[in-house]
Amino acid sequence: MRIHVDAQKCQGHNRCYALAPELFDVDDYGQAVVIGDGNVPPELVERARLAVANCPEFAITLSE
Amino acid sequence: MTGYDAPKSIYGPVTDWVTDFDHGDPQYNRHAHAIWAELRDKCPVAHSERYGGTWLPVTHELVREIAYDTENFTSRAVVVSTEIPLDPAPIGGAPPITSDPPFHHEARRVVLPPFSPKKIAEWEPEIRRLCNELLDEMEAEAKIGLTVDAAIQYAQHIPVNVIARMLGFPLEDQDLFREFVHDLLENINLDPQDRISAFERIDAYVKAQIDDHIANPRDDLAGYLLDVELFGEKIPHELVGGFILLLLVAGIDTTWSAIGSSLWHLATHADDRRRLASDPSLMPTAIEEFLRAYAPVTMARLVAKDHDFHGCPMKKDEWVLLPFPAANLDPAEFPDADRVLIDRAENRHSAFGLGIHRCLGSNLARLELRVAVEEFIKRFPDFELAHGEEGVVWSVGQIRGPRALPVRIA
Ligand code: HEM
Ligand code: SF4
Repeated sequence: MRIHVDAQKCQGHNRCYALAPELFDVDDYGQAVVIGDGNVPPELVERARLAVANCPEFAITLSE
Repeated sequence: MTGYDAPKSIYGPVTDWVTDFDHGDPQYNRHAHAIWAELRDKCPVAHSERYGGTWLPVTHELVREIAYDTENFTSRAVVVSTEIPLDPAPIGGAPPITSDPPFHHEARRVVLPPFSPKKIAEWEPEIRRLCNELLDEMEAEAKIGLTVDAAIQYAQHIPVNVIARMLGFPLEDQDLFREFVHDLLENINLDPQDRISAFERIDAYVKAQIDDHIANPRDDLAGYLLDVELFGEKIPHELVGGFILLLLVAGIDTTWSAIGSSLWHLATHADDRRRLASDPSLMPTAIEEFLRAYAPVTMARLVAKDHDFHGCPMKKDEWVLLPFPAANLDPAEFPDADRVLIDRAENRHSAFGLGIHRCLGSNLARLELRVAVEEFIKRFPDFELAHGEEGVVWSVGQIRGPRALPVRIA
């Protein structure tokens, strides 16, 4: 599974960073960035799903 | 500062919540959830003649659409009142909240770094210390059998203290800051001249603080704003005053309301209180759920040009309220929307807004709210309303939360 943040949609609510700091980081402007290449290890898939479901701007997608 | 005066309206009491609503009526916030539910069924975009014409959309879909549409809706004025400020778009009087694109983006970038999650995290020990100081006083009073007030003695002090320290303003002026906030955000339906005088008083205070920072430069948020560059140049002092006005006002009664509403919930829902006190791992979802269910902030826009909005003939310079709290209670978006579930894992709430104006202070607000609730229930695992709902006083206007919350500590 791969995780992706749409930088155009992200407004920096930082929900993803709070829920899954192993997968997301934030820059000085509060913008979320995916850590590494965006591959989600199996043990973090559930948390990645939670990040998707809690992003108010629908900015995160999880794909095969 | 124990009493609380509800402002006097030039319009008088509301006669019908569908056709004549007024969020400045003292009954509105007390009954807001029922009013929004009724409107959602009958009329998802209500209209009232008050304030020169005001629209109130109550579904998540419509609130979201307006928040994203900066062409048809301007942020030039964001507090519905009898007086539309004169400051023109796209800058407005208090950037970035009163700004529209493209200026907004640049103005916001200036103030984002001091509010990033990592910078804000540094404040946690200080906030915890402050909460405990307030709790010490309350505990001493509770021990001798006195009723304590979780809004007046606790919630209201936390954000004022923190923002005064961040800006580098005198801590002894905290009562004054609460007066400013009351004048700007609650005294909305007075004679327009009274509003103008209130703005003048605040502007004069902010100007004096800027002068003091220029005479005695120091490393705080006001000093940062005097130094930082916008479009490659230092920011003119008058505009620095606008930024400061916003930062001073935006975080106070908003956060105080969020803390107060969360404590109101815990005082009135013994099951949730016991569960949270015995299982702190529920805290992150509980805090987000309180933010959803009791979101304190309704924003506003002005209609930028005449246009038809889903069949509503919107006229330039009419007001549009953006009730993020109503959007958060929309059953079309949230299962069991009207139930508070402190373990709700999927919670796409919009308490901090949607789109380009996402609350700049959201990291600070979340930190203050979490620490305030954590410390309160750690100290007082068992408490309830001292005088029932009658004793609770709700705010007036766009920011919703308890202004008096007398509780009995068990
Ligand atoms: C629980 C507490 C708070 C809530 C619910 C809240 C909510 C909001 C909302 C809904 C907006 C969007 C405005 C819009 O769409 O026009 C906003 C903007 C803003 N808030 Fe907050 N706020 C809170 C606390 C704070 C704090 C502590 C600060 C910091 C001092 C702050 C500073 C701001 C600023 C500067 C903006 C304007 C951002 C922009 O226009 O780009 N807020 N807030
Ligand atoms: S939760 Fe969504 S909007 Fe917020 S930082 Fe993450 S991606 Fe951006």
